[in-house]
Amino acid sequence: MSARVLVGVKRVIDYAVKIRVKPDRTGVVTDGVKHSMNPFCEIAVEEAVKLKEKKLVKEVVAVSCGPQQVQETIRTALAMGADRGIHVEVSGKDYETLGPLQVSKILAALAKKEQADLIILGKQAIDDDCNQTGQMTAALLDWPQGTFASELTFEADKLKVVREIDGGLETIMIKLPAVVTADLRLNTPRYATLPNIMKAKKKKIANVKPADLGVDVSSRLEVLKVDEPPQRQAGVKVETVEDLVGKLKEAGRI
Amino acid sequence: MGIFQRFARLPLKSRYIWCLSSQYSTDLTAVDRALIVRSSQLIQHRCVHSRGLGASPGNPGAAPPRLPFSRVTHEDLAFFRTLLPGRTITDPDLLKSSNVDWLKTVEGNSEVLLRPKTTEEVSQILRYCNERNLAVCPQGGNTGLVGGSVPVFDEIILSTSLMNQVITFDNISGILTCQAGCVLENLSNYLEEKDFIMPLDLGAKGSCHIGGNVSTNAGGLRLLRYGSLRGTVLGLEVVLADGRILNCLATLRKDNTGYDLKQLFIGSEGTLGVITAVSILCPRKPKAVNVAFLGCSSFQQLLETFQCCRGMLGEILSAFEFLDASCMSLLEKHLKLTNPITESPFYIVIETAGSNAAHDEEKLHKFLEEVMTSSLVTDGTVATEATKIKALWSLRERVTEALTHEGYTYKYDISLPVEKIYDLVQDMRGHLGDRAKNVVGYGHVGDGNLHLNITSPSKDPALLAAIEPYVYEWTSKWKGSISAEHGLGLKKRNYIYYSKPSEAVALMGSIKAMLDPKGILNPYKTLPDNIH
Repeated sequence: MSARVLVGVKRVIDYAVKIRVKPDRTGVVTDGVKHSMNPFCEIAVEEAVKLKEKKLVKEVVAVSCGPQQVQETIRTALAMGADRGIHVEVSGKDYETLGPLQVSKILAALAKKEQADLIILGKQAIDDDCNQTGQMTAALLDWPQGTFASELTFEADKLKVVREIDGGLETIMIKLPAVVTADLRLNTPRYATLPNIMKAKKKKIANVKPADLGVDVSSRLEVLKVDEPPQRQAGVKVETVEDLVGKLKEAGRI
Repeated sequence: MGIFQRFARLPLKSRYIWCLSSQYSTDLTAVDRALIVRSSQLIQHRCVHSRGLGASPGNPGAAPPRLPFSRVTHEDLAFFRTLLPGRTITDPDLLKSSNVDWLKTVEGNSEVLLRPKTTEEVSQILRYCNERNLAVCPQGGNTGLVGGSVPVFDEIILSTSLMNQVITFDNISGILTCQAGCVLENLSNYLEEKDFIMPLDLGAKGSCHIGGNVSTNAGGLRLLRYGSLRGTVLGLEVVLADGRILNCLATLRKDNTGYDLKQLFIGSEGTLGVITAVSILCPRKPKAVNVAFLGCSSFQQLLETFQCCRGMLGEILSAFEFLDASCMSLLEKHLKLTNPITESPFYIVIETAGSNAAHDEEKLHKFLEEVMTSSLVTDGTVATEATKIKALWSLRERVTEALTHEGYTYKYDISLPVEKIYDLVQDMRGHLGDRAKNVVGYGHVGDGNLHLNITSPSKDPALLAAIEPYVYEWTSKWKGSISAEHGLGLKKRNYIYYSKPSEAVALMGSIKAMLDPKGILNPYKTLPDNIH
């Protein structure tokens, strides 16, 4: 199969880090904070690499949008088995306001330019929880979409996607080219082994600007303020069952 | 007729009876017991200098007979209940878990568990017990591996679990002062908020108390970088056997005024005094932590990797641990952990900790490139994200847990010259053959410390007889320590002569007699039986 897969990877604050809101409440603190690849994007990369290992696709291209640092994230994808990377340079104010609409326009443009047959993305990013990029990209390209995928199989020129939905699992058949977004149970991402990390250093990462793709990254959204969730109130300890009943009555609960 | 010939004529059967457990010691006559104890003293004393004595002198790890301490009476309970209302536990169900060690290999019969909150309460408890001649077993998190943290008979358990307050923390000097019952993990979390870390880290961190760590001079995973507790503990508050409070809680880096008494109590395993508060020097939290998990095809290459590591990573190296292929298969079998790299005979966990991520990563990548291209290492992976780091560390930290699923584990914590470490594991495999189910080796290879573990489906006296004293003699031959960091406790007290000369042990006995004349603090532990 001569298919080419485009995988989107996003650099986000590591999920084990404690998030702090900036004093001016315009966003969260990102300076000096540990960042890593979005966990769902890792699953997307793993799936793409698995397809290549099964010889169902020919090339895996990892894409990320952002400043210089996102190259680290692309390198991780290369170490996991992607063949080459594309770094779409977006920095400063533009990066702060970069959201699913602009990213999906970029991905759509790249898909056409690179003649991709399949786009695999993570279902959502753990920083904004938008869950929109995959769907918007499919709409812009007018391609079918298989979102929340927990299983992906090739059947001739179609894709069988098992989707995780509220009621259980839904199986759909979609034609290629298509957009798939990865859910948690699609696979377990591999550890990047040293030989691959060494090889990844030699793989190419191309630099592109949004303007080169004809995409306008200005945002139509303005963040008004960001606040921490309300502090949990401390509980009250009581000594006896009578005390408990009394306190519940006081609070009007019974 | 010499003692040895007499011993050699004891029927084989009675040797096994002695091996089984302490409860069987009462089946032997007083004469037999005295004989075995006396001969075990002589054999151990002689063992270091002459070998080939043949028969092993029974099981020196089993408990000796109960010493003539008083038994707890109703008046005693009334006193404790007045002193510690609601904190004097006599319910057998609640007592059960404090009577058994973490490995479930030793069990005592204490009927009283005390939970003081202050140093003053500890002082009053000990003053009373000293007057009444009641034995006391101090207990922290009860995670010790040599049976030192649980009573042997009916000693009163003195638990530090309610002495869990941080007293002060100075974020300029990094000096933390806290009560002895603070759980290590809680202290780590407290310090993390303030951008500091504890200078020690071990697998038991979720349960162990800092007081217990200090009284056993715990080593752990960070010793390579931050040194032992003997260097990082700046001061101690200790309650002596007669209730006197010794307040040496200095918070000074340098203080050369008189003898350094705290060093006596560090590592004394609760036999010289009960530690009630600790002041400890804490390092800054590293900004960048990386963990590499590597595979080596031989122990020789592992050692060369260590040398390369020391040279290229130098000051950012904070841990160098190893495990063998048998450990990995147990982790996969019992805990369903996955091996992140290809199967290898040996695995290394390397941790770097520094103040600049870019600088550390560059050093680490150069080192990894070097060991990969020179084929010292056959495969590996690196992690910089917190979750992946935790996953890689758990491959080393959870080996102990995986072993417990195999049945009964015989644990040996040995210090040896670094080149000899794995020789012991291979020798034991050959020596034991089919008698053992697993013989695994892992540990702090960077500190020359091997954790040798041998498992069998259930307690097996024949296996024990094959292991001991062979393993101790082997260690002694290479001038190693028979207990690198676990201490002596109950199980290893009589083996002290393999690593210390008799004059040293005699002096230890004098110090014990001076500080605890009635011997009420953690009796039957640490010092050998013949010291009395």
